[in-house]
Formats: sequence, structure tokens, C-alpha cells
Amino acid sequence: MTTAQPSVNLELPEGMEPIVNDFSITVGTVNGSGSQTSNITLMRTIFKMGVPVSGKNLFPSNIQGLPTWFTIRISKDGYLARREEHEIVVAMNPASFSRDVADVQPGGVLLYDDSIRQAITRDDIVVYPMPVKKLVRASGAPSKLRNYVANMVYLGTLAFLLRLDVEAIRSALEFHFKGKEKAVALNMGLVEAAYRWASENLEKKDPYVVAPMERTEGYIMADGNTAGALGAIYGGVQFVAWYPITPASSLAETLNTYLPKLRKDENGRHTFAVVQAEDELAAVGMAIGAGWGGLRSMTSTSGPGVSLMTEFVGLAYAAEIPVVIWNVARVGPSTGLPTRTGQGDLTMTYFLGHGDTDNVILLPANPTEAFEFGWRAFDVAERLQTPVFVLSDLDLGMNQWMTRPFEYPDEPMERGKVLWEEDLERFQEKYGVEWGRYLDVDGDGIPYRTVPGNRKPGSAYFTRGTGHDEYARYSEDPDNWERLQARIKQKVAQAGALLPAPMVRRAEGAAEIGLIGFGTTDDAIREAQDQLAAAGIPADYLRVRGIPFSQEVYDFIRAHKRVYVVELNRDGQLHQLLTINLPEEATKMVSVAHLDGLPMTARWVREQVMDREAK
Amino acid sequence: MSAKVNRAGLSKTEYRGAPTTLCQGCGHNSIASQIIAAAYELDIVPENIVKFSGIGCSSKSPTYFLSRSFGFNSLHGRMPAVATGTLFADISLKGIGVSGDGDTASIGMGQFKHILRRNLNMVYIVENNGVYGLTKGQFSATAEKGLRLKKQGVNPYMPVDICMEALIGGASFVARTFAGDPKQVKELLKAAISHNGLAILDIISPCVSFNNQDESYHSYGWAKDHEAPLHDISFIPYMDEIIIEDEFEPGEVKEVTMHDGSRIMLKKLERDYDPTSRVEAIRVLDENYRNNWLVTGLIYIDPEQVTLAEVHNLPETALNRLDEAQLRPSRESLEEINAQMF
Repeated sequence: MTTAQPSVNLELPEGMEPIVNDFSITVGTVNGSGSQTSNITLMRTIFKMGVPVSGKNLFPSNIQGLPTWFTIRISKDGYLARREEHEIVVAMNPASFSRDVADVQPGGVLLYDDSIRQAITRDDIVVYPMPVKKLVRASGAPSKLRNYVANMVYLGTLAFLLRLDVEAIRSALEFHFKGKEKAVALNMGLVEAAYRWASENLEKKDPYVVAPMERTEGYIMADGNTAGALGAIYGGVQFVAWYPITPASSLAETLNTYLPKLRKDENGRHTFAVVQAEDELAAVGMAIGAGWGGLRSMTSTSGPGVSLMTEFVGLAYAAEIPVVIWNVARVGPSTGLPTRTGQGDLTMTYFLGHGDTDNVILLPANPTEAFEFGWRAFDVAERLQTPVFVLSDLDLGMNQWMTRPFEYPDEPMERGKVLWEEDLERFQEKYGVEWGRYLDVDGDGIPYRTVPGNRKPGSAYFTRGTGHDEYARYSEDPDNWERLQARIKQKVAQAGALLPAPMVRRAEGAAEIGLIGFGTTDDAIREAQDQLAAAGIPADYLRVRGIPFSQEVYDFIRAHKRVYVVELNRDGQLHQLLTINLPEEATKMVSVAHLDGLPMTARWVREQVMDREAK
Repeated sequence: MSAKVNRAGLSKTEYRGAPTTLCQGCGHNSIASQIIAAAYELDIVPENIVKFSGIGCSSKSPTYFLSRSFGFNSLHGRMPAVATGTLFADISLKGIGVSGDGDTASIGMGQFKHILRRNLNMVYIVENNGVYGLTKGQFSATAEKGLRLKKQGVNPYMPVDICMEALIGGASFVARTFAGDPKQVKELLKAAISHNGLAILDIISPCVSFNNQDESYHSYGWAKDHEAPLHDISFIPYMDEIIIEDEFEPGEVKEVTMHDGSRIMLKKLERDYDPTSRVEAIRVLDENYRNNWLVTGLIYIDPEQVTLAEVHNLPETALNRLDEAQLRPSRESLEEINAQMF
């Protein structure tokens, strides 16, 4: 699946072949020093040049001062998972300097701020010191901005070394600063100064080059939180309650940005409300109150917030109230690794509640899907009258991804079985019984509901988590309780067929083994699948996109001799859920799981599978 | 003969709820009756009310009034959140929430303080008896310091004053009354229901089953010694409701004898008391607290405070009646957004 290397016209040392569009750059800076701007600009520049690129921000839980890294992968073949190898390292932080130097691949490149006066003991790498302070001083930048714009020096230096398109840098900066000329000019001035300095003073001794391609056409760059928020808006979200938590906050903040623009009525009134609640308990409580009231309602949080929402989710599940809950997962428990990524909340989300619960979960893998699941989640929640989770993660939520443009919903809104005044009149005619809130007249386990504001006498009912009968009356009757629980189970089980079907990527030819994953490990697993095929181990790959599992997931497992369930957590939580749901096939399912807070790499997946296949 | 109807064309029975499952003589039942009477007398269409509650004895009581209104018995201490969300669905609806002293002043203190900041269109009743009934007799946070309960010993902590908390929190309507003064309960309920915003109503509502101890609830220094043996925990005595029978005039201080023989002192606010001054309200609460009197009446009101619906600039049509055309932005707008992405 590899693409031929674009040809370049480049003078390199004798015997050195250029390495074009296939390497990684890692930048080590001090958190809060403004490096996010230069890193994202670097990534956007490469994207603008038509070259597939991804960026992972590996940052500490800190506002200012601790070391932080940004790793960019450039791949002519379109492989966008994080790599452990760093061909080019930019060291701007004295505190992490020795580690950064050690991280450079043999034959790789080290760029560093020449004010860092620490010994470089390696002779197997190319080293370029950069006169950062000198160039910044010469730029005339106001002293309070000097630290921020200093990072533009490595951007300009890299532009010379990698042959980046300087105009692409300018358009990336214009985008970043939303056209604010002064900021663009200041930053661009330093980029150009550094470029000039590099072209006059550096002799290129390394083989790395970025050459224009046309492989980013039909893509945009976006993060999953923005995508999810926009998806919710196009899903008609009417009520949002939230409480700040990394890495979910920007989802609600994006709703606050776009809703006033997109959702005003003809009188300038808002067709939505967003409330920043006092905590996660209140946030989900408000969202459930609104869902009960007939609004498309949601909250967004991360694992620790989800655990605080447990009691309310159990209530909503039992009282059959639609609500959408985004879990942009970080690494638990509690604070855990709050700025790192992982898939450790899957079983918690599935079982969240007390008593018997099996929650519906959507599992996006990229921003395009985050948008789609953003609107679809409301359809599922209102149709099934139950909480629906969208389980994202920090990698998806906060990193910029090269992704397909957001697609307008291709289905009308599914508002579910809601009876208004006139519907209630017809109900008795149609079904021959008096309407009851929890009466299953269609045999699908989904009863009809009314919502507050319905003015027809007899439309009201009393909602409670306590045992209740088909007419929502208090009941502790044993048969009634079992009947209620069985119906809810039947109702939720249907979600398997309603949720987005799994994505299947087949090996060329027959494959004995299967790989199963979910969410943002997608890039790593696809790449590993190709690497395994190249190593003579063809494998089919299925990505689960919703729980409860659909029949296709079970068929896939049955059709393979061994199935590796690959995920970013310690205990193999997807593996656990699959074995619970398909116990007769449990022995053929092998858990391939680990969690270190970083996005998964293809190399790790490949090695794990090859090790086990060799046995 | 047709039953008497109000201007909404409804008889009083249309305002009833299911039969109570609370103890005989519980003050909460009296409050439910007064809610029924107030709604009837205000000609309210029950479908325009939504009932909310948390968890506890008090929180069961929305079942016992206004059967024709939607109701949500939510979680312990979480009624404010649920009510906030629901009342966004249709801003023409009025909420009536019933909470207790445990539900509001302990587990729900955070949500109580925050609902005050939002001024939603709701009557928030705290049926305050200083004790946990459903879990059989533990102290609540409104129990006075020094109170002795059978299994709990002596309460060593200061009480929470619901009205003071509400005032400090910025509530736009604060009142206190006593369940045994049905006339005042009803009048304050009518005022609270008519208030455009959040009305906090602290109703002292004696527990007949778990508050029968030596030094009784809100009896402060006066509680006389009594020799009645403490009841067995599972024995619920039949008791009549405590009703103030003679006229209770503004400015008067009245001693009320509780089920167990102990007494509380109620002080009705003076006729010329000005309830629009927050500073004065705080001063009066504090002064009466020092005198060991529970001041009753409308303590504070600000009818002009901006409501939640106004803050959020919502349309006149209920949000929950908007259709897809009003909720899903156009295809073109998404194309624009895609074009704006890098």
C-alpha cells in the first residue's frame, strides 16, 4: 500500500538519498510558551502542501512551565498514527534537552536553541543550533511577546531545511490568527528571518524533505470536540449543561461559539440553551430534566465526570429518559493522567448505573465520525428513550486531524414516540387501550411518552426511579418489576441494529485471523494490518462503532480462527464485553491491550500480534 | 347537582393527588392540602404546573396533590438540576418543587445555592422537620444545636437556616411558615405561585414519628421536660395534626405545642414590615434567631429580578414544540463551516 516517493531536486551530501514525506518531527518546548501556534502551523503547512500529516500534542497537566512535546507525522502513504521514532527533534526546552537529544533516531536531525548550553554527546545525528534569542531580539517583537514568538524560529529554520512552502506557512498563520494582520506580520517576520538566517548559514546535511503532493484534497483539518459540537448542532441540540473538565471542555465551548450563529429564530431568539452547571451531577441532572421535557439534550464530560453522573444515568435508564452524554476520555482514575489519552472508560460507561444496566454507546474514530455521531446520538436516544453515550477520547477530542468534511445528516430527525394533545386522542382509537407511559403497545419494548407542556388532561404522569407499573404508578410488585426490567432490556438490545455498522477492512485474500478495535486506535491498527500482510500474516480488521454489538460483529468473530481485540487500556475492556456477549467464542478472542497515556502505534500492534502468532 | 368550579372551570377534586402514604398527622399532608387549595383558588390549570422533588418523606408528597400535573421524583438533593432542565422545555410552565431539610440543606446544599442564582420560575418548598424520616430518625442539618434524638445522642453542630441561606444566595422570594397554620401556608403558597421567579418557602413541618424526644425540634430553651417514654422505632402513633385554631395576628408571638408536648415559638412579621429590603430581611432573621423565635411570613421579595427564561433569550414558542426546520441549520451553512475549516 505504499506510495512512490515524490521526486525532489535537492543538493545533498554525496551518497545521501533524500527521504521525502515519510518521517516524524517532535518538538520539545516549555508548556505555556506558545508552541501550540508554531506546531499547529507547521502541521497545517504540510497539510496545505498536499501531504498527509497528523499531530499529537503530548502535554502535561499544567498551565505553564512543565515540558511538553508535539509530535508530527508526515506520511506520503497516509499513515497517521503516532510513531515512536523521531527523525527530527526540535529541542527548545533546557529541562528536557538531554532526553530530547537521546530520542533522535540514528541518522536523524537535532535542531536546538543555541542558548541551551548542554553537551551533545551523540555523533550519529545531524545537529543544527539556532540563534533563537538573537533572531527574536532583532525582530523588534515587544518584550512581553518574545517568548511566544521565539518558536517561530524553528518553523522558519525547518522551512529552509525541509523545503516547506513559505506561502503555505503564511496562510496557516492567517488562519490561526483569524486574519489579525499585526499578529500574522509579527510571526511571519520571524519565520522569514529564521529562513533567511538558515539559508545563509546552514548547510543541509540531512536527507529529510517535504515535497508537494495532492493527497489532502477532499480533507479538512479539525478536532473531534469541534466536530462533535457541530454534529450536535446539526442534530438539533436544544439544551446543553456542562461542567469544565479536560479534555471535554472545548466541546461545550464550541457549542457556545457556534450555537448563537446557527440557531437563532426569525426574531433573534435562541432555539437552544447552554448552562454551565455547578458540577457534573447538576449538569447531567439538568440534561435529564430537559430530555424528560422533550428537548434534545446533552452534556459533555470526561471519565471522572461520568462517574459522578452514575446515579442520574441509572435513573434515566430506569425512567426511560433520552439524553446524550459525551465522554471525552482521559486516563483515570480521578485525576489520573488528565491530559493523556486512553480507552479506559468503556466498561464503566457500558455498565454505568446501579442495578442492571447496559448503556448504548457510540464510538467515533475520527472527527468526521464525531460529527455524524453527534447528530445521530439524539436520534438513537429519543427513539429508544434511554441515555446514549458518545465515547471519544483526548486524542480525538483535542488533536487536529486530517479528516473528511462534515456530511450533512442524510436522515430526518427521529424524535421517537412522543404524543402531543391530538395524538393522545387517536391513541385509544388505534390501540383500544388507555395510554400508559410504560405500556408497550407495539411489542418493541418502546412505550409512548408525553412531555410537560402537553395541555391535554390525562397527558401527565409521574416519573420516578422507584418501581412503577405500565401506568407509571408506584409499584413494588415483584412480577411488575421483572416485567419492567425485561422490557427495558429488550428495548435497548435493538440498538445493535440501529447504530452505525462496524467498518470492515479485509485483507487481500483469505485471512485466518481478525483484528477488532474501536475509536482512535484505528490508524494504528490499519497500518499494523498492512505491516502484518507484508510480513505474511494477512488479517481482516473490524472496527466496532457502537454498543450493543451488531450481528456483523459476532459473524466476524465466528468467521475467524483467532481474533485479536486491540485497545488502549490495561484490562482489555472491549475484549471483556465481547466475551460476555459471545461466551461460546470466548476462547478464540485474544486481548491485546496496553495503556501508557499515549496514542497507540502500529509497531506495538504489529509486534503483539506477531509474537502471539509465532507461538 | 354540579360541583362548584373555579374560573378555570375545574372543581377542587381536579386538583387532588393520590391518597397519602405518609404518617397520620404529618405536617406534609397539611401542606399538600394547602397546595391543592391554593392552586384551586388561583384558577390554575394543572397542566401548566410541573411538580418536582428529590428523595425523602417530603419528596414523596408531590404524588398527593395535582394528579393532572406532570411530576418528577428525582434524586436525593438533585431536584434543582432536574427542574432547571425541564423548565427550559416550555417557559410557560410553572414548577412546584417539594424538598425536605435533608434533601435541601445537606446533600442538596450545593444545588440549592445554585438554583438561587438562576431564578427559574418555580416554587421551592422545603418541608422542614429537622429530622430524617424515611431512614428513621437521624439529625438533619436544620436540627438545632443541642437537640437530643433517641439513637443519635446530642446534635453538636449549628443549624442551617434555609431562609438566611436563600437570602444570602440572592433568592427573589423568601418566606417561612408553619404547617400548622394552614391559613398562612395557603396565603404564602398563593404569593409564591404568583411570583415570577424562584420562590423559596421554608415550611416548618413537624415529624410525628421521629421527633418525639426530650428536647424537641426547634424548641430551643423552652422545651419542658416530659416524662412520656420514647416510642418504639417501628410504632407510629396516630396523631391529629397540630392546627393553630385561634387567630394569629401579625406581630404576635405564638407558642405552639408539638406532638410530643414540646413547644416552638413562632413570630408573625409585623403588618408594616417591608419585605423588599434584603438588608432588613437579614436583620429581622438574625434578630429573631437571637430571640429564639422562628419568624414567619413573607420575608423578602424582589418581583423585578430577571428570570432564567429572560436571561437565555428564548422564543415565545416552547422549545419542545420546535420542529426539525427550526432546529437543524441549513445544508449551505454546513458547507460554509467545512470551507472555514483549514
